[in-house]
Amino acid sequence: MAGLLQPLFDAVSLGSIYALAALGIALIFGVMRLINFAHGDYIAFCVFALLIPSTEVVTGMLLGALPSWLIVLSVLGVGALLSILSEVLVFRRLRSANPAVMMIASFALGIVIQNVLLVSYSSRPKSVSLWPELSLPVEMLGARIPLLQLLTVLVTVALLLGLVAFLKRTRFGLEMRAAAENFTMARMLGVRANRIILIAFGMSGALAGAIALVLVSQTGTADIRMGLPVMLVAFVATVIGGMGSLQGAVLAGFLLGAASVMLQLLLPLDIRPFRDAFLYLAVIACLIWRPDGLFRAGLSSERV
Amino acid sequence: MTARSPVFLRNLSTPLLLIGAGLLLVVPVDLFASGVTTRTFTEMFVQMVLVVGLYLFVGNSGVISFGHVGFMCIGAYATAWLTVPPMMKQFTIKGLPEFLAQAQLPFLPSVLLAGLLAAAVAVPVGLVLMRLSGIAASIATFAFLAIVNTVYSNWDAWTAGTSSIVGIPTRTGIWTAWLFAAAAILVAYAYSVSRFGLALRSARDEPVAAAASGVDMVFQRTIAFVASAFLCGIAGALYGHFLGVVNPDAFYLGVTFTSLAMLILGGMGSLSGAVTGVVFVTLLISLFRALEKGVSLGAATYGLPAGSQEIAIGIAMMIVLIRKPAGLVGNREFKWKRSPAKAERRPEPAT
Repeated sequence: MAGLLQPLFDAVSLGSIYALAALGIALIFGVMRLINFAHGDYIAFCVFALLIPSTEVVTGMLLGALPSWLIVLSVLGVGALLSILSEVLVFRRLRSANPAVMMIASFALGIVIQNVLLVSYSSRPKSVSLWPELSLPVEMLGARIPLLQLLTVLVTVALLLGLVAFLKRTRFGLEMRAAAENFTMARMLGVRANRIILIAFGMSGALAGAIALVLVSQTGTADIRMGLPVMLVAFVATVIGGMGSLQGAVLAGFLLGAASVMLQLLLPLDIRPFRDAFLYLAVIACLIWRPDGLFRAGLSSERV
Repeated sequence: MTARSPVFLRNLSTPLLLIGAGLLLVVPVDLFASGVTTRTFTEMFVQMVLVVGLYLFVGNSGVISFGHVGFMCIGAYATAWLTVPPMMKQFTIKGLPEFLAQAQLPFLPSVLLAGLLAAAVAVPVGLVLMRLSGIAASIATFAFLAIVNTVYSNWDAWTAGTSSIVGIPTRTGIWTAWLFAAAAILVAYAYSVSRFGLALRSARDEPVAAAASGVDMVFQRTIAFVASAFLCGIAGALYGHFLGVVNPDAFYLGVTFTSLAMLILGGMGSLSGAVTGVVFVTLLISLFRALEKGVSLGAATYGLPAGSQEIAIGIAMMIVLIRKPAGLVGNREFKWKRSPAKAERRPEPAT
């Protein structure tokens, strides 16, 4: 039992990060068919917002010096603001462009954000000790689980429940689901496009802030490229979950977390370095099996 | 392919113009420019082979591929296996089979074999992946890239893992690179005017009508995929012979995004767009690199801080995309103007 509990927690906490990131990408994809490659850079930006800009290895805390609850609020706020700003300055002007163009624009935006961080903080990773008391392990059913992992899972679940409540119970949630389903139709029925897209961007950015907090307290470092691996997996999760399907993105995020932990455990030692190759083979198999995504009910292609 | 048919000749001015424009760049650079500039433009022509290869598939099928740099990686390592002197291979890549460990091929056959290996890998990959469309296909090609990168980063016996393989003869000069870019442009042109290119574009624009007319989209896409993998494999081999060193991370996300950015900035719907995008991005990068190094005014040198080059390039890319969402060239091709008499009979479409 205890032996199983540790990998289970690894899987769920890794899956939580992927799920949150996938949700951030799916929210925006749903309303405007944009695959936002800058999402990983939002995460890095939020991490660095904790620190005072300086090219030295050690630097003081900026937002990180605030009391804990204010740190959380301000980092989520920074993420949301950055995301909204990118919509207003860049993506709004590309609304009618084809998805490939928007994707490349988001990639260019990512380069800009990454290099703004590079200029103000240098490319060397910095150590950040945010909430060191969280890495202490707690005893649970005979296994020693780091408190942080437990907290990651709890926070994710809370965020997801909050989001479900928002999507199902509020007017904006309803409008957003309608927009994700069929954007043109939603507009015709009175959904205000700009407002709903701004809300989606704000929420997506806040989610990036949440991931930033989890990542920085897990790894204890701030690196300008730290968002990239998470973003890539999340991107894959969004697609195999069914593009535009929010619950699909979340489930696929957890699935990918579980799959990578399981492959790590089950693969023989000498082919373990190739784990990611197996993971991506599984992704291809998944796509061939259900091209519209695992959790997509309707058909996305036109019926003839 | 019916290479001699009138169709092939009708728009031949497009590839010839593109190749000729390249020549107009090569000659002065070769005669007057410094070593650094020559290297910049050599790299540009290698990237042109890659982007033209990418265009052959992306432009004609409409499917964005993140996977083609994987073929570049395969090509680069293939040429390393074939051309690094056996003495050096003993130390870096010990696990090669006897015939590869002893091999030391000349430049040209090695580059062509590298392209063929990439094309051979593309056959099964294409047959599986080309069933998918749209975003699912893009993600699947990304998964392919990630698989290639993981395998080449960990397959120590053949690829020396994440460390570099050194000792590839540096044979890619600016003239060689230009010649290969010219050949790639001709191949891409010949493909797009062939019946295969026509069939694939019809399936891109009207999948249902094309299927009803007997176009097998999976088959057509696979052909384009294999042909473009061949060009990308060659680009990888050329890049290996340009740097003299290969390592797996040189062929991952960085190049993938740069090459896609070049293609889409130029205009993914046309060959002229692909070539223009490469030249435009290269010039943009060189311009800001020069600015970053600084401009001397009297005694003082004014330069931009490190990293500002990328910021400026990113902003410039966004501005171009916002202003010209279809790319700099749009979906048009550069053409030689018709003779006045003909132009009078058939008015020139707006350019």
